[in-house]
Amino acid sequence: MSITKKVLLELYSKMQQTRKFEKMAVTLFAQGKVHGTAHFCIGEEAAGIGVGHALDQDDYILQTHRGHHQAIGKGINLNNMMAEFLGKESGCCKGKGGSMHIADFSVGSLGANGIVGGGLPLSVGAALAQQYLGKNAITVCFFGDGATNQGSFHESLNLASVWKLPVLFVCINNYYGLSTHISKSMNIDDISARAASYNMKGHSLDGNDVVLVYKETLKAKEYVKKQGPMLMVLNTYRLSGHSKSDSQVYRSKEEVSGWKKKDPIILFRKYLLEEKQIPENVLENLDKHAVQDIEDALAFAESSPEPKIETLFDDVYAD
Amino acid sequence: MREITYAEAIREAMSEEMRRDNRVLLLGEDIGIYGGAFGVSREMIEEFGEKRIRETPISEAAIVGAAAGAAMTGLRPIAELMFSDFITLAMDQLVNQAAKNRYQFGGQRSVPMVVRAPSGSGKGAAAQHSQSIEAWCCHVPGLKVVAPSTPYDAKGLLKSSIRDNNPVVFFEQKSLYPVTGEVPEKKFSEDHLIPLGKADIKKEGSDLSIITYGRMVQMSLAAAKKLGTLGIQVEVVDLRTLVPLDRETIVDSAKKTGKVLIVHEAVKTGGFGGELVSTIADSDAFYSLTLPIKRLCGFDVPIPYNKNLETYAVPTEKSIYETVLEMINERPGVKKNETT
Repeated sequence: MSITKKVLLELYSKMQQTRKFEKMAVTLFAQGKVHGTAHFCIGEEAAGIGVGHALDQDDYILQTHRGHHQAIGKGINLNNMMAEFLGKESGCCKGKGGSMHIADFSVGSLGANGIVGGGLPLSVGAALAQQYLGKNAITVCFFGDGATNQGSFHESLNLASVWKLPVLFVCINNYYGLSTHISKSMNIDDISARAASYNMKGHSLDGNDVVLVYKETLKAKEYVKKQGPMLMVLNTYRLSGHSKSDSQVYRSKEEVSGWKKKDPIILFRKYLLEEKQIPENVLENLDKHAVQDIEDALAFAESSPEPKIETLFDDVYAD
Repeated sequence: MREITYAEAIREAMSEEMRRDNRVLLLGEDIGIYGGAFGVSREMIEEFGEKRIRETPISEAAIVGAAAGAAMTGLRPIAELMFSDFITLAMDQLVNQAAKNRYQFGGQRSVPMVVRAPSGSGKGAAAQHSQSIEAWCCHVPGLKVVAPSTPYDAKGLLKSSIRDNNPVVFFEQKSLYPVTGEVPEKKFSEDHLIPLGKADIKKEGSDLSIITYGRMVQMSLAAAKKLGTLGIQVEVVDLRTLVPLDRETIVDSAKKTGKVLIVHEAVKTGGFGGELVSTIADSDAFYSLTLPIKRLCGFDVPIPYNKNLETYAVPTEKSIYETVLEMINERPGVKKNETT
């Protein structure tokens, strides 16, 4: 399977947009322009972008709390996402959700979840609706390594398997649940082994290789439509701290610097330059565009009004 | 009018709504050929098949979560929990997901689903299968909470709950399943919808108001009947829906009688009765009260197994009767031990 140059550059752009979005978020925190917290996916971009970009408009995703790349991969509007981060009226959730609850149903994003493992049962329901309504589409549920120790993981994979639902379970394994390394929280090295319990296909791959993730997702999408659920584990690394505040005392500088050499954006850039012969100025141009996209998004967000106080009461209940 | 049981009324409501709307389906444990733990969905699988009567593994979080996920994406699921106590196993999906997904996503989608939860004591099922935990759900914005007391109400309220665009927790009273009552014939039942948020005065009276819901309505009515022979006219207000709450009917009844007894099976501390007391005390009905508002609730204990202990743990017709008599005989400002 060969990927067109167009798609390669789209993947690159989305990865850079994600990186620049989060760098901007760090700056905004430092400037005191936003409150609350955010969970950054710096270093994990290939996973969310590679999966999301391989999906179709009708496919659904459910994101994690560390899900900026997942939303951007699925094609969320950057202006509304930035406005949501700033809590503005023009945010995709009207300022009610923030970074941890980014959702845009118009692009198939059923929402990021603040509860580890919380999206898994919901994804089973979304896939049930797709199957029940005869739609030729799939649901992708993103979750982290930590979520695979939750009961909801077991209940959801089991039920999806029993009902042969079109759901692709994507575990983004960054090896840490906040400070706890997976060697202390599970007694297996390869998380995809867990799929065997459900007679489900499971495999692990290098989550820092965006081309590989993209290709495998295209294959998984067809498999899931025909055969039912699959567990895909993307091994990657969070180069940033857990959230805005994290002293990172639980891991060595050597470990982090080792992974920095495997930064997915650096790897992909090298691949595009050396193996795909993309001229450097083309990539530099995309880099500039990504910066500009985020600056435009910020300008949009900053010029948007705060939600009106009366909206506090909106949407608790539907009519 | 014909009489059917509370369980049959619930089955009729589900079946009619499933015939009316193809997006309605039922999820739960043992709901197919077995007909559900209490036989409520008996024979429904024959009409609707496995696609719409979907038996699940024993996975309450997945049942409620899958219902919520499907509700956000075009279906209108009914999730049957075998016992309301098992809501504990589905709490994240109910509280953090189903109840909040509309609000936290800025109103992009609604979550039209019903969680049917067989509730209450009286069946010798002991501490983990007999609770009345409706107050927990009332404390979660985004959920609606319903607790019908008769077959008539059960049918009309369930049909409205299924058509509602919000997550509704429907507390069925499992000791009422075999109880019969009048329910309109099927041919008229298209119109048998009872709006959520409307209380029903089950018996009018002028001397004292009992404000209650669920199984305690029947006991309160029986007690009120006996009190009537003493010339005491008790009004029995059946809330039917706890969220949204019909505060107007509560306040009006309190103003009318000036004496209020709140009765519920759930334990007193943290129970919904506290909300009902506040509803009256915060309103101008306060000035009409001639006695302090009283609560008769389950004692603050888990439900025990032994039959006598179980019966004593929650209000009964007798304790309601006695409490009303005490209140009626009490003179304002006079301590009880001085009244004799």
